[in-house]
Amino acid sequence: MAELLAVLYGKILRINPAHPDWPDRDRFVLSKGHGCAALYAVLAERGFFPLEWLDAFYQNGSRLPGHATHTYLPGVEVSTGSLGHGLSIACGMALAAKRDGKSYRVFTLLSDGECDEGSTWEAVLFASHHQLDNLIAIVDYNKIQSLGRVEEVINLEPFAEKWRSFGWAVREIDGHDVLEVEDTLIQVPFEAGRPSCVIAHTVKGKGVSFMEGKLLWHYRSPQGEEYEAALVELEAQG
Amino acid sequence: MRTAFMKTLFELAQADERITLIVGDLGFGVVTPFMERLPKQFVNAGVAEQNMTGLAVGMALSGKIVFTYSIANFPTLRCLEQVRNDVCYHNANVKIVAVGGGMAYGSLGISHHTTEDIAIMRALPNMVVVAPGDPAEARMVTRAVADWDGPCYLRLGRDGEPAVHSCEPELRLGRAIRVRDGSDLTLIVTGSLLSEAVAAADMLAGRGIHARVLSMSTIKPLDTEAVLKAARETSTIITVEEHSVIGGLGGAVAEVLMESDVRPVAFKRIGLNDTFSSKVGDQGYLRAEYGLDAAGILRTVESLLGSDVAAHVEPRKSGPTSTRPATV
Repeated sequence: MAELLAVLYGKILRINPAHPDWPDRDRFVLSKGHGCAALYAVLAERGFFPLEWLDAFYQNGSRLPGHATHTYLPGVEVSTGSLGHGLSIACGMALAAKRDGKSYRVFTLLSDGECDEGSTWEAVLFASHHQLDNLIAIVDYNKIQSLGRVEEVINLEPFAEKWRSFGWAVREIDGHDVLEVEDTLIQVPFEAGRPSCVIAHTVKGKGVSFMEGKLLWHYRSPQGEEYEAALVELEAQG
Repeated sequence: MRTAFMKTLFELAQADERITLIVGDLGFGVVTPFMERLPKQFVNAGVAEQNMTGLAVGMALSGKIVFTYSIANFPTLRCLEQVRNDVCYHNANVKIVAVGGGMAYGSLGISHHTTEDIAIMRALPNMVVVAPGDPAEARMVTRAVADWDGPCYLRLGRDGEPAVHSCEPELRLGRAIRVRDGSDLTLIVTGSLLSEAVAAADMLAGRGIHARVLSMSTIKPLDTEAVLKAARETSTIITVEEHSVIGGLGGAVAEVLMESDVRPVAFKRIGLNDTFSSKVGDQGYLRAEYGLDAAGILRTVESLLGSDVAAHVEPRKSGPTSTRPATV
């Protein structure tokens, strides 16, 4: 998901880090709140808050808890962490924009696991009924959820067909190919009158040979030699 | 009461286009004028309360004043986590409106009885909890919560609640209204049981016992001053609510009293005693069955005061065949 956020915050979102509450900004809702480390990093890189704050991630007394939290962090639109909340909130923002004649877009990033939540599908139904073509849902489809592979836990396939049948305009992309991500997101809405869904096929732990596709790394933080080895692999890829 | 609410909300919404009403596919007849005349301020979210509540937050964070509306536990317990994480944690300007507080949906059964909601909503940080006692209070409370910038839970009755106030009382959030004066005991009541508490007080007055009646239309923040004053000036405090005795108005009043240096002579919570309201009957019947009507209140007063004050009181005639009063 790091590539998705880098492209969103680097190329797509109309935002102003000096004025995080600018009324006409594009909104981004991290529905998969557990991915907040990447969000905090990209916000700091864009200048919403000092990079040094990142050093205190997860630490006692810091501003950066382990799920996305708006309380002390400029640029975090919505606090999340319980799955299946973000898309509804994004729908509300998109509907308000439509009714107020505003041109801002609302982007939200979901996990594949949270597509088990019924509330996600309530919002999927709602968005197409109300023709929210200013709403873009990106699913980080890494095919691993908390206790196993998605296909083994609760199979989502045919996944793109589900979104299409609910009235969304759907594209499937390689979520690690930054050029493809940018080329896709620059084209939203894919169809006038329909919300857009981007199913980003990804690999959990991408770029670190001993982490890729391994459930263990949903829970574990690399320490010591593991951390150094992971950095060497990532830096070798530029 | 729901008509009084909806009429007031409609008037407010005509004057303020930020006001948006989101319903969970309920409100047949009642919401029609709003839906037809203010379509840009109306949303039917369908039978999907989690999404309804998330939507409300997204719209509120975009500058709207949002009312979600459904019946019984649907806008609260069904989507409790959205209420907690999304409405309350973001301090979003969302008002959650439940019609049918308590056992107003009588014979529809416990799925439609709202008897733990005050306790649960009261526990949520940032949440204001209100339950008006009659249609006049409903009108005043609706205006007050619309003006309040933050989350509110508005617990309404249904329809046909008798008017207790002859004119609109001065009502402010967080302030009790003294409906009857007295110094022998205090009945603190919330919601539409107000009329029963007043009836009980009037019957007691006929026996020379003067009960103060406080209509506690705001349960959170509680009017602690009025509670402590009642404790100092009357010998007995009885709370009356169409709700579990656990954690509701009675719990809130008990918390204030126990942390104060005032000790009333006696204290009793009238409500459902940790039970589901599983008998079959209309609201009047169920109130009588569970001791929440005027006769039940008198029985409790009698047991506390140790006299036979209730001996001559006829129980109210009510049952499954009784007709509802005209819509208010």
